[in-house]
This record gives sequence, structure tokens and C-alpha cells, in this order.
Amino acid sequence: MQIYLPIADVPVNVFLVLGMGFAVGFISGMFGIGGGFLMTPLLIFIGISPAVAVASVSSHIAASSFTGAIVYWRRNAIDISLAMMLLAAGIIGTATGVWLFTLLRALDQLDLMIELSYVTLLTIVGAIMIYESVRAEWRTQHGLPATLRRPGSHSWIHGLPFKLRFKRSKIYVSAIPVWAIGFIIGFVGAIMGIGGGFLLVPMLIYVLRVPTATVIGTSMALTLITMASATVMHAATNHLVDGVLALLLMVGGVVGAQFGARTGQAMRAERLRLLLGLLVFAVGLRFAYDLVLQPDDLYSLRHVGAG
Amino acid sequence: MMHVLALIAAIALTVCTAGSAAAERLVVSLSNHRIAVTSSFVGENLVLFGSVEPDPGKTALRASYDVVVTVAGPAQNMRTRRKGRVAGIWVNVASREFVRVPSYLAILSNRPVAQIASPEVLRRLQVGLDNFLLPQRIGPDIADTVRNDPFRVAFIRLQTEHGLYRQAADAVTFLTPTAFRTMVALPANAPNGDYTVEVKLFADGQMVARANSALEVIKTGFEQYVADAARDHGLLYGFATTLMALFIGWFASVVFRRD
Repeated sequence: MQIYLPIADVPVNVFLVLGMGFAVGFISGMFGIGGGFLMTPLLIFIGISPAVAVASVSSHIAASSFTGAIVYWRRNAIDISLAMMLLAAGIIGTATGVWLFTLLRALDQLDLMIELSYVTLLTIVGAIMIYESVRAEWRTQHGLPATLRRPGSHSWIHGLPFKLRFKRSKIYVSAIPVWAIGFIIGFVGAIMGIGGGFLLVPMLIYVLRVPTATVIGTSMALTLITMASATVMHAATNHLVDGVLALLLMVGGVVGAQFGARTGQAMRAERLRLLLGLLVFAVGLRFAYDLVLQPDDLYSLRHVGAG
Repeated sequence: MMHVLALIAAIALTVCTAGSAAAERLVVSLSNHRIAVTSSFVGENLVLFGSVEPDPGKTALRASYDVVVTVAGPAQNMRTRRKGRVAGIWVNVASREFVRVPSYLAILSNRPVAQIASPEVLRRLQVGLDNFLLPQRIGPDIADTVRNDPFRVAFIRLQTEHGLYRQAADAVTFLTPTAFRTMVALPANAPNGDYTVEVKLFADGQMVARANSALEVIKTGFEQYVADAARDHGLLYGFATTLMALFIGWFASVVFRRD
């Protein structure tokens, strides 16, 4: 069944888009990430212009992170004070990112910068996550404690000043790394057009040692706020949010996120991290592949406005 | 997927003559002048009928005619980019901007244009894809390039792959020696806006008559409502979309609640 999208100006198969929403929603609910780094390339692949794809995906992510956040809220698995502090830092990061975005566009190197950041970030973050989770798995099988979180194992990060206590997460850390992480997420999100959940989750786990119980809910709460505001900003400035496309993605996405959140909670944390690591790493390799291999077609077209 | 619209009887005929010296008139009629884009739009096929008639008081018609139909969509600027290898990775290294080129172009004829008239005539009248003006911005100037310019070739090839450019040498069928028909296929991704239809009639290697018509592709109903809201009330539209997202998210959590 085909439906014509009013803003994207192309017809799409309803069931295909619902299915894509479901699949990405499932992953998003399972790992507590937005899934923008998966959905945006998928939409571009089925013929939606990149600008409309990025703008519409933000509302889809808002919907699936809200439904996921409700599930975690009921389980008291969201650290609101941590999310708020990350958000405040994220806003500063976003502003800096937008400034660099404009500068790079003026230099005509934006596309390359985006592709390179995808490759670098995804492969490095993915590889670290795979390594950490495989090591944790190995330790469990050899009868050692699975996590390294024990008294005395604190890294230099925990020696920093301005310490704060986040009750829900049961952590006592310096405000400096919290602000730094928030800034990086906002900055990268503005440059790459993503929510940054796949970066936020590992950073909260490995840098701040936030327990897995609250990390996903907190990440979802943050993703919800950033993506809801991104939707409004995209709609107000670029007029590129396709409501029909967004609706289809949302309906598929929220259902998928529900199943994903359940599957995620039923799984061991190390196994979950390994899966997310593999996924992130695979997407990173896919981008690297495009950059390194000679493309089938050296030429491409881009619309630069009505004549 | 596509369906042919029934020819509506009461269509105003578009009549035009090609100067006083011509001995014949060209009468063309398009099956539909207004293509409504609805939520079920998957493209549309238009039928164009044409008839060659002698001018009053002139001699009998010639034995055979040739017809070239050119349908051009709204003008837009397109950038064609070429990738090259820099430090081991493939990046866009060169680009050209095509200025005010048609977003849709169909050149339909009854036989290859090269057989219809001499290259000079074709060039002068801009008949055929090779002779169609596709101006590029080259430095401070805007000019068309040679036929085999790699950017021009790539631009036409990519537009053809997207189903937006088409040249067909067997698309016009003569029903009688003086009556012809052709089908104009508008794909689902056909841009919205005004399209021009130009029909050129050739005989013995010279153009003897020409007729123009037009059509428009516009959004209607719900599609138009959404597009207008997004353009004119962006902020409100953004809030509405966000509220929709929150509602659907909340609704799903209620529906799927198990505890």
C-alpha cells in the first residue's frame, strides 16, 4: 500500500515504513538509544531527501523514547537530576556544534566531516564496548566479579573536585565529567544530526559508573527532551518535518520500543552491551566501507533550490 | 501501478500556428491539465492527441509528418558532484551547478530526432536531449557546455535513472497520416508546479507548425493542508508534531501495560 508524503514529496510503502519504525524502535527500547544513526540512513536509502529524513526522524525518536521513558519511570529507573545536568551542558554543546556546522558548510567540507565523524565515533565506541563486555563476560565465566565497580577501583575521574551525589543512580561523582559528557553529546548531536544515545550510554557506564539499572532510563529521558525540541526547531526553521512520515515511523516505533524495552530488561547487562557494541561497530564499518571503496557512481545530484 | 486517464470529451483545444507561411495548423489536446497529488498518488499517465489540418484556402497536406513533443517541468537548480580519491577515501572533489534546468523533461517523437531533421535545424530549434539547453554556472558565467561534457552527461544520466528525464523515439504514434497520439508518463516523484508542453511538427526536414499546451501538478486536500501548515505555521506545526509524538508514545505504554 503506497501513500504519498506531503513534505518529502514521494510515495512510500506504508508497511515498509511501519516495519522500519518497529525495527529501529525495538533497538531503541532495548538499548536506551534514539536510533537516529540507524533510521536516518534507512530513510535516505528508500528515497527520502536527507534534510527531510533528519528532521522527521527527530519526532519519531521523541515518540519512541517517551514510551520507553514511561516504562523506566514506572520502575524508578530514571535519574532526573543527572538527566537535567546533562541537558544543561548539552545545550551549550549544541550551540557550539551549530556554530562549527555553519563554519564547515561555508568551507564546503560538511559532508566529509559528517561521514568521518560517523566512522570514527561508531567504530571506536563500538570496539570499546565489545572489548569491555567480552572481558566482563570472560570474568563471569571464570568466577570473578563481572563488574569492576568495587571500592578502591575508582579512576582519576572520581578524584576530581565539585562532587555531587546522584541519589537515584547511587553515585557520588564530580560535576566536571557530567558537564563534559553533556557538552560532547550536544556537540556531536548538532554536527551529526543524531540524539547521541549510543555515545551517552557507554559514557555514563564507563566514565561515571552509572549502574545499568538507571543508565537506559536516564538516557531516554534526555533523548526525549532533546529530540522534542529538535522537532520544534526543525519545523520552525526549515519546514521539513513530514508529519505523515513521522506518524508512520512513530506508530511502528512505539510498538517496537515496548517490545525492545522488555527484551532489554530480561537480558544480562554485559550481553546487552556486547550487542549494542556489535551494532554500533557494524554501522561504523558500513560508513567506512562507503568511504574507502570506489563508489558505483562517482557522480551524485543535489537539489539546491527552486530556479 | 499507473493508470491511463480516460480522455475527457470537453477539453478546450489548444490551437497554435507557426507563422503565416505555414500551410498547416497543428491542433493538440491533453487528457488532463491539472494533476492532483493526493495521498494515493503514484504517478499518472497523460494522453496527448494531435491533428494536422490544412490552413483554409491552402493546398493539400503533405504525405508524411514527424512530431516531437517536449514536456518540461518547473525549473530548479541542481548541483552535480563528482567523487575522487583523496588520501585513500572517496570524497566529493568537484561540482557544477545547473541553473534553472527543468525538474522533469520528456522528449517524445515518432522516430529518432536525428532522422527528422538536419543537425543544424535540430540545434537551432533545440530539439532532442542533446540540443536541450542545460546551462551550468562556470565561474562567473552561466552557459551550456558541449554535448559530451562529463557533468552534463552525468546529470542527464542521473535524472534519467530517477525517472525524471526521458527521451523516447517511438513514443509518438500516428493513427492516420495526420493524427497522432502520445503518452506522457509523470512519475510519482514528479515535482509540483507548472509544466510546459511543446509540440513541433516537421515535414521534409523543416519545422512547419508548432503548438503549446500546459499542465500543472498540485497537491490537493490533506496533502496540501499538511504542506501549507508546515510552511506557513512552522512553529505551531512543530508543536503539533511533538504533541502527536508524546501522545502516541503515551498511548503505546498504556496499551502495552502489563503490570
